[in-house]
Amino acid sequence: MLTFQYILLFFLIVCAVAVSFSKNLLSSIIIFMSYSLIMSIIWIMLESPDLAITEAAVGAGVTSLLFFVTLKKIHAMGDKEDKNE
Amino acid sequence: MSRLIPTEEYNKKPLTRLSRWIKGETDPFSESMEVKKHSDNHPDEKLVRRHKREREVVIEQVYDRSHNRVYKTFNVLFKIVAVLCCLALIAILLVAVSHLPPVGATDNPASNEVVEKYVEDGLQDTGAVNIVTGMILDYRAFDTFGESNVLFIATCTVLLLLHVNKKDHKDLMEEEKSERFFEPKDDSILQKITFWLFPIIVIFGIYVILNGHISPGGGFSGGAIIGAGLILYSNAFGFKKLNRFFTEKTYRYVSFGSLLFYCLAKSYSFYTGANHIESVIPLGTPGAILSSGFILPLNICVGLVVACTMYAFYTLFRKGGF
Repeated sequence: MLTFQYILLFFLIVCAVAVSFSKNLLSSIIIFMSYSLIMSIIWIMLESPDLAITEAAVGAGVTSLLFFVTLKKIHAMGDKEDKNE
Repeated sequence: MSRLIPTEEYNKKPLTRLSRWIKGETDPFSESMEVKKHSDNHPDEKLVRRHKREREVVIEQVYDRSHNRVYKTFNVLFKIVAVLCCLALIAILLVAVSHLPPVGATDNPASNEVVEKYVEDGLQDTGAVNIVTGMILDYRAFDTFGESNVLFIATCTVLLLLHVNKKDHKDLMEEEKSERFFEPKDDSILQKITFWLFPIIVIFGIYVILNGHISPGGGFSGGAIIGAGLILYSNAFGFKKLNRFFTEKTYRYVSFGSLLFYCLAKSYSFYTGANHIESVIPLGTPGAILSSGFILPLNICVGLVVACTMYAFYTLFRKGGF
């Protein structure tokens, strides 16, 4: 179980670094979603299932959806459309 | 004895003017606070072009790295200082983490008499098996009330910022009609999956809310799940279908009603608790659905507010209205 936790923590750090280094905003949001999912698994392992449910619903679900909608609002989704404009 | 006041005198009375101002019929500052239009002076085109050229030349010279030595040194220094700041922050955080006490040790500063009180008397005082919900909605219920109000205020702020008035922007609405109103292009895969998944998501959310005092979960998590389900539904079938059961009026009544009920119920229980009066609501047997006093209705209230807020955020971001 401890190795599994270390693997999860390693992926957490990788995700956190990758969010800031990825050039495409859309992919960085998707990486952020996976960060939230890993975080919710870690919450379960730390014996706080309340937080795990909330993290999965809010962190991975609603927050990323709002990010997607904002990206669409500022016309930052999709490279081809940007080039045409 | 009633006597008629002439219309002019009636119009001059302060209360009449106040009520008219509130209703939006008259504006007391109508001519004193207008933004005046700039006088239309067309600047000389030659002058404008010369200014532009001069500006470009200045910018080129300022940002020319090979000649401007100040800019070059600043660029190098900026990078070095940024890296140093990052390293210092990482070092400080790592040192702080290494000094943290181990998780669950008995002599941690967090495990004091408050925790003992909660763990030992929580079941008797609140009647909730899930001690986290017992803490959130009984011992610290006013904190949760503040959180619900924060969500409500956040929605109000988003409404102020992103609301599109349909009367003022008819042309704008028509321009963005295709994008704003009918964004899902009848995706049959999404619709089929949502058709099966939406009821399950909503039922799971209701389960999480209703079992908040027995099993992990509670108002906030369940409300977020239901809100995510509503967003999925509106994505698959469009806003028109969702508006059949969820409009701005629904949002207003539901969130206002649940916040009001939360406030009244919690004030009642705090009033009785502070004055040592027996509360009318029985605690019931722990573990049953209908138990633990006010926690179940408060959970339902928080869940309704959170679900409505999540959906309201989405729809306001999406099309600037319900």
